Amino acid sequence: MNLNLNYCASLVAASVLFTATPSYAGNVPESDDTIKIMTGDWTSIGLQGEMMQLILQTVGYNAELVVADDSGRYPGFENGDLHISMETWQTTQLQNLEKSVATGKVLDMGETGLAGVEDWWYPSYMKDRCPGLPNWEALKGCAEVFATADTAPKGRYIGGPVSWGDHDERMVAALDLPFEVIHPGTDAAMFAEMKSAYEREAPIVMWVWQPHWLTSVYDGEYVQFPKFEVDCFDDAAWGPNSADTYDCGKPYGWIKKMAWAGGEDVWPCAYEIVRNYNMDNDTLAALLKKVDLEGMSSTDVATEWLMANDDKWKEWASCAM
Amino acid sequence: MKFRSDVVLLEPMRLLLWAFFFTFVFFVINIGPDWMSSFPEALIFPVAEKVGSGLNWFARDAKIAGVPMQEITRSVASFFDLIIDATVVVLSKGIFTGRGLNVSQLVPPLSWMSIGGCLAIVSYRFGGRNLIVITSIAVLFLVLFGLWQNAMVTLASVLVSVLLAMAIGLALGIWSFKSQNVENVTRGVMNVMQTVPIFSYLVPTLLLFGYGPSAALVATVIYALPPMVHNTVLALKSVPTETTECGVMIGCRPRQLLWQVQLPVALGRLAVGMNQTIMMTLNMVIIASMIGAGGLGFNVLQALRKLDIGSGLEAGMGIVALAIILDRISQAAAQRAANGKHLEPGQRPLWQLLVVWLIFSSVIAFIFTPMQTWPDAWEISTASFWNAAVTWVNMNLFDILEGARNFALLEIMRPFNRFLQSAPWSLVVASVVALAFYLGGFKLAVYCALLMFFILLTGYWAPAMASVYLITISVLMAVMIGYPIGFWLSSQPQLKDTANFILDTMQTLPTLVYLLPAVMLFRIGDVSAVIAVILYALAPAVRYAMVGMSQVSPALLEAAQISGCTRWQTLKWIRFPAALPTLLIGVNQTIMMAFSMLIIAALVGTKDLGQEVLIALNRSLVGEGLVAGFCVACLALISDGLLKAAASKAEVSTIRKINS
Repeated sequence: MNLNLNYCASLVAASVLFTATPSYAGNVPESDDTIKIMTGDWTSIGLQGEMMQLILQTVGYNAELVVADDSGRYPGFENGDLHISMETWQTTQLQNLEKSVATGKVLDMGETGLAGVEDWWYPSYMKDRCPGLPNWEALKGCAEVFATADTAPKGRYIGGPVSWGDHDERMVAALDLPFEVIHPGTDAAMFAEMKSAYEREAPIVMWVWQPHWLTSVYDGEYVQFPKFEVDCFDDAAWGPNSADTYDCGKPYGWIKKMAWAGGEDVWPCAYEIVRNYNMDNDTLAALLKKVDLEGMSSTDVATEWLMANDDKWKEWASCAM
Repeated sequence: MKFRSDVVLLEPMRLLLWAFFFTFVFFVINIGPDWMSSFPEALIFPVAEKVGSGLNWFARDAKIAGVPMQEITRSVASFFDLIIDATVVVLSKGIFTGRGLNVSQLVPPLSWMSIGGCLAIVSYRFGGRNLIVITSIAVLFLVLFGLWQNAMVTLASVLVSVLLAMAIGLALGIWSFKSQNVENVTRGVMNVMQTVPIFSYLVPTLLLFGYGPSAALVATVIYALPPMVHNTVLALKSVPTETTECGVMIGCRPRQLLWQVQLPVALGRLAVGMNQTIMMTLNMVIIASMIGAGGLGFNVLQALRKLDIGSGLEAGMGIVALAIILDRISQAAAQRAANGKHLEPGQRPLWQLLVVWLIFSSVIAFIFTPMQTWPDAWEISTASFWNAAVTWVNMNLFDILEGARNFALLEIMRPFNRFLQSAPWSLVVASVVALAFYLGGFKLAVYCALLMFFILLTGYWAPAMASVYLITISVLMAVMIGYPIGFWLSSQPQLKDTANFILDTMQTLPTLVYLLPAVMLFRIGDVSAVIAVILYALAPAVRYAMVGMSQVSPALLEAAQISGCTRWQTLKWIRFPAALPTLLIGVNQTIMMAFSMLIIAALVGTKDLGQEVLIALNRSLVGEGLVAGFCVACLALISDGLLKAAASKAEVSTIRKINS
C-alpha cells in the first residue's frame, strides 16, 4: 500500500529489465491460494518477508505479508493462518519453535545463514568509566555509574518492550546485578533514549540486537556474560549462581525460517524456494541501513537487491524456472 | 437547566454522611481486616479469558445459517478492501499489470494538479477567496514536501471511512429520533464507545477482518460514529414543529416527510456532525496505519522508528494540512447549506467545472510530467533543521531538564502513585461513592459503585489506580497551564484566529511526533508519558477557558463596573462564578482527552491500563484487551458522572447567588 515515487520509478525500471519474461515451469504455481508470509514489528523480518514475497509473486504465486507477534505467532502457524516466516531467532524463540515443531504442524525450514545476537550493549566510551567491561562482573562494581536519580543506587538498564517476552528480570536476579530493568512500550522509544545518551556521551546500557542499523552507526560492544548453554535455563546448578537458573547471557545463534506443515503439499516449489533462501549478516545490515537510516521503503530496497542479484534468486527458484 | 430543590434537604444528611465516612476511614486504616485493603483474589472473576475464548470461537468457528462467521467477516473485509483499493487506484496508485518484479504502470492516477485544482474550485465555490488561499497553501505544502502520494492514500481511506460513518450514523440517528427506546440504547452505547480506547477493539477487529486497510476502516468507523449519531438526533429535534406539521398537512407520507422536509431543514446541523466525524477520522490516521492502512500515518511511524524526528514532524504536519482542507471545506459547505444558498446567476453547476478541469489538467499532466508527479529533486525538506534543533536542545539543556524531571518524578509523581497504590480499595470506593452521593444523589452513587466493582472483580484495580495517577497529574497540569492561557486569550480578540489554528494543529498533529523528542529529553517512563498527555489535553482546556470567560453576560460586567469593582474583584466575584459550569465541563473534556491518550502514553513505558491494552494488542489477547479497555471506560464514565453533577450543582448555586 505504501507506494512512493521511488517505488514507481523502480517498478518502471523493473518492467524494462524483465521485458524478456523467462518461461516458467508449467506446474508453477501449483495453487492460486495466497501464501501468507509473516512480518513483525522489527525491520529485518519485514525486509526479508518482502524479498520472499517479490520472488514468489514473480514466479507466479499469490503472496501477501501478514503482521504477527514474535512470540504469539505459533497458533497461527499451527492452524494454517500463517504460512511462512523468514525469521525465528534462537535467542528468544528456541523453546517455542521446538515445542511447535513437535506438534507436527510446523516445519523447521532451515537456517537463513544469519547469526542473531541480542544482549546488553553499551557505547565504547563507557569502557573508561566502568573499568573491567566487557566482562559482566564489572557491572556489579559500577552500577552507580549507570544510575539515574530514580533508580539509584541501582543502575538503569533498558530492556525490550514488555510484550517481547525477554527474561532480563530473571537474569538480573540470578546474576545478582544491582540494576533495575526499565521497559519501554516500543522499540522507537528505546532508540530515542540511546540517541540522546550517545550524543551527550552519557552512561547507558541497553538491550540491542543484531542485525540492526544501530551497531553499524554507533560504536560500542556487548557485555560478555557467562556463555549460554541449554543447561543454564534448566539446571540451577549450572553457572556462577548454583542456586538459580538464567545465570547466563542470552543464547546467540541461528535465525531460522519456519513454515506451516500443511503447505508442503499445496505449494511444494514455493517451499523449496524458501528452503534455498540464504543471507549473511553484512549484506542484511547494509540493506537495513538503507531502510532504517536512508529512508527507503523495504519494497524499494528488496526490489533493488533482487534485481542486482538476479542469478542468486533465480538459483533459489530453479524449480520454477 | 432544571432547578434542584433537593439540595437543601440534603444538608443534615450530608453531615451524617461525613460522620459515617470518617468512622469508616479510621476503621479501615486501624483495625480493618485484610480483605478491606487488598481485594480478595478468590473473588476476581477471569472475565478476560472467557471473553477472549468466546470471541475467538465467534470469529473462527461460529456459523450463521451454516455459513462460518469467518467467511462472512472476511468477505465483508474484501468488499471494503475493494472500495478502498478502487479509491486508492484513482487518487494515488494508478493501474498496474504483472506481479512481483514484473510490474509496470498502465494508467497513472489523477495528477496532483487535477486533485489540487478540484479542491481549489470547491473551496472557491463554498468559501470564496479566503478559503481558496488556505486550501492552496495546504495542497502546495503536501506537494512541495513530497507527501502528496501518501496523503492521497490517507485521503482515500479517510473519504471511505467518513462516507460509511455518515451513512451508518445517519441511519442510527434517524432510528433514534423515531423511537425513544432506541435513543436511550444508542446514547448509552455511544457514551461507552467514546471512552473505550480504540486499541482495545483493534484486536477483535483484526481477528474478524484480518490485517489490512479494511480492519483499519472498521475501527475508524466505530471511533468516528458517535458524533454523527448524536448530531443527527439533535438536528432532527431542532426542526421546528410548524415545519413538520406543515409537511403533514400538505399530505407528505412519512418517508417524504423525512427526506424532503425534515432532513433538508436540518442540513446545517447535520453538517456539524459530518465535520466532527472528519476530524475524528483524521485523529485515527496513525493508529490505522499501525494495522496496515498505509499513507501519511505510515510515514510518521517510519520516520520516528529511525529517529528522524524532522521527517516525522513534516509528515505529521501533512496530516494537519489534510485535516485543515477537509475541515474548512466541510464547515463552509455546512454554512452554505444552513443559509440555503444556491447558484447565483451566471454560475455554472459545480460538477461541470470539475469535469472540465479534470480533463484539462489531465492533458497538461500527460504532456508535462512534473504536474503528474512532482520530481524528487524539486522537493524541499526542513527535516535536518528540526533534527539539529532537537540535538542542540539535547546537548545544551539536558542537565537542566533532567533536574526538573528528577524533581517531578521523585518529589511529586512517585509519592502520589505510592499513595494511590497503597490506599485500601474499600476506602477509595467509599470516598468516591460518598462524593457521588454528595454531588448527584443516590443514583449516581450506585452507578459509580457498580463501575468500580467491575474494575475490582476483573482484577485490574492496581493498573487502574496507576492510570488514575497519570491522568490526575496530567489533567491538573493541563488545567493549570491551559486555563490562564485561555483566560488571557479571551481578552485578546485579535488573537482568536491564530489561537484557533494553533489549537487545531495541537489536536490533529499526531502525538507520536512529540512523544519521541520527549523521550530523548525526559527518558523512558512516566515523565515523558505525562508530558505527552498534557500537550494533547491542553487544547480543550484552553478552548473551554476561552468560551467560559466570554460567556459572562455584558449586563453583569457593566453592573460590576458601575458599582466600582476592580479588575480582580470582577474576576473573582462575577466572571469566575459565572464561568464555573463551563470551566467544570472543560475539566471534564480535558479528562476525556487524557483518557484517550493513555494508550499512546504506554508506548513510552507506563505501567497502567494503557500498558495492559498495548500488551494485549501485541500478543493478540482479545479478552484482556477488551476488558482492560472497558476498565478505562469505567474510570472515564465515573469522572464524567462526577464532574457533570458538579457542573450542574455549580450552575444551581450561581443562579441562586445571582437571584439573591
